[in-house]
Amino acid sequence: MSTHNPVPSERALADPILETKRLSKEFKGFAAVSDLNLKVERGHIHALIGPNGAGKTTVFNLLTKFLTPTTGTILFNGTDITREQPADIALRGVIRSFQISAVFPGLTPLENVRLALQRATKTSYHFWRSDRCLDRLDARAMELLDAVGLAEHSGGLTSELAYGRKRALEIATTLALEPELMLLDEPTQGMGAEDVEKITALVKQASAGRTILMVEHNLKVVETLADRITVLQRGSILAEGTYAEVSQDPQVLEAYLGSAHA
Amino acid sequence: MNRYAWIALALLGLLAPFVVYPVFMMKLLCFGLFAAAFNLLLGYTGLLSFGHAAFFGGAAYVTGHLVKNVGLTPEVGVLAGTVFAGLLGWAVGSLAIRRQGIYFAMVTLALAQIVYFVALKLPFTGGEDGLQGIPRGLLFGLIDLNRVAMVGGNPLPLSLYYFIFALFCLGFWVIHRAIHSPFGQVLKAIRENEARAISLGYKVERFKLMAFVLSSALAGLAGSMKCLVFQLASLTDVNWHTSGEVVLMTLLGGVGTVLGPPAGAFTVVTLQSKLTMVGPWITVIIGGIFVVCVLLFRRGFIGELGRLLRRPL
Repeated sequence: MSTHNPVPSERALADPILETKRLSKEFKGFAAVSDLNLKVERGHIHALIGPNGAGKTTVFNLLTKFLTPTTGTILFNGTDITREQPADIALRGVIRSFQISAVFPGLTPLENVRLALQRATKTSYHFWRSDRCLDRLDARAMELLDAVGLAEHSGGLTSELAYGRKRALEIATTLALEPELMLLDEPTQGMGAEDVEKITALVKQASAGRTILMVEHNLKVVETLADRITVLQRGSILAEGTYAEVSQDPQVLEAYLGSAHA
Repeated sequence: MNRYAWIALALLGLLAPFVVYPVFMMKLLCFGLFAAAFNLLLGYTGLLSFGHAAFFGGAAYVTGHLVKNVGLTPEVGVLAGTVFAGLLGWAVGSLAIRRQGIYFAMVTLALAQIVYFVALKLPFTGGEDGLQGIPRGLLFGLIDLNRVAMVGGNPLPLSLYYFIFALFCLGFWVIHRAIHSPFGQVLKAIRENEARAISLGYKVERFKLMAFVLSSALAGLAGSMKCLVFQLASLTDVNWHTSGEVVLMTLLGGVGTVLGPPAGAFTVVTLQSKLTMVGPWITVIIGGIFVVCVLLFRRGFIGELGRLLRRPL
């Protein structure tokens, strides 16, 4: 731990689904993440917050293997996944979203969700079969689209959807994989207040029976959703706890608001 | 594309040799299949290979050698050429898919240049002259592909034409099926958003490599066909000009459409043969047409037509 003060509410986590041990990432000498010991409790919505440049997205990319850590280990369900490929992590049930919306713009929303469902059919290498064999996934795909309020937009081009709807589609696609752990990178970024509420509700709905780790700037969303919050600063943990605990932490106040509150 | 449109196109193909000079028609089919195979990679996976001549020409050499010097029957020669191109594609693809964008194109170009050099230097390839006078032989040991049928006083090489036409249909069907298969869906996903495809758990390298192998094998099939039609396998087939030409054909007709690349190939080959009298200026003319088409019809002419008709062609 790089914090000098003890972290408030340092209780032992009963059942961590994801754990990092002394995780570090350096870019040409610049430590984007240093010595990070993060634990995500199973069933929680865990929020990762922090000022710009605190290393939140880097942590995300490390956890999903889009970046390779310089040192340290990552455990998922107690298994060391530090050296695995991004697609392997996905197969284990860790599905991520991206800061900019991650959809397949040239395909229809239905096809977007179907691509996630298709993986389980084990036909994805079958180039000799007609794609009509995927039609049986349509019912489930429509269910998922309906759950995020996109049922009537299932047939158009995804690129023509409004921004908030693209994010909703992304959540539907992610849910299609029934992930054990969902990693959401700023799910409400760039949204109007109305969309933010919708997505907040969707994330809450999606959290049933699974764990969510999210990076989020919008503190209201964090307050509403997060069971536990980790505040990052300069690549290491500044504070951790519930929203009430973290928001009272003098160091956090200083990091967010400047020294006036110190 | 509905069923009737396909039947109409097939009928056109069957009747074409009675109207169009058959050898010319067969050339169209060879390059049409070549462009369609290339499009599987560029249009549906988003990978720009700049070395597809290596598969086209490489297969032509293998077929030519086996038929001429070893004495195998033409269908075995074609099969061997196709398999060879697929294996070569596997080797080139394994190296190239580690890089993206322009670097991918450069790796394929560099490896194709190696194939060109090998074709120039190997003992059985005939060096600068190429392999000439390749016999067409007996199909399945039975049907003489040199046989001509007299129709209205004109000798027409119908056996060869229908053999080539059948191969074209087979190759085109495989491409069409691959595009509209579960595999094709994943390819489109990779083209649209590779990072997202990975995060959904797809091992994109494997899909890219498989698309590369399919594309190169089918480009090889086209090369083997061309070798039987012209009874020639030459350095032109493995030259990087040919790699560039197939890019041009595909873009002209419409990248990412089913009919665009063959239509583009038909256009380019037709222009080349109709404009032979202008000599070296042909490059300038085709270049000009290409520039105008890219500026006016960014989706290629079939792509634009499909947009007007509001259906994928």
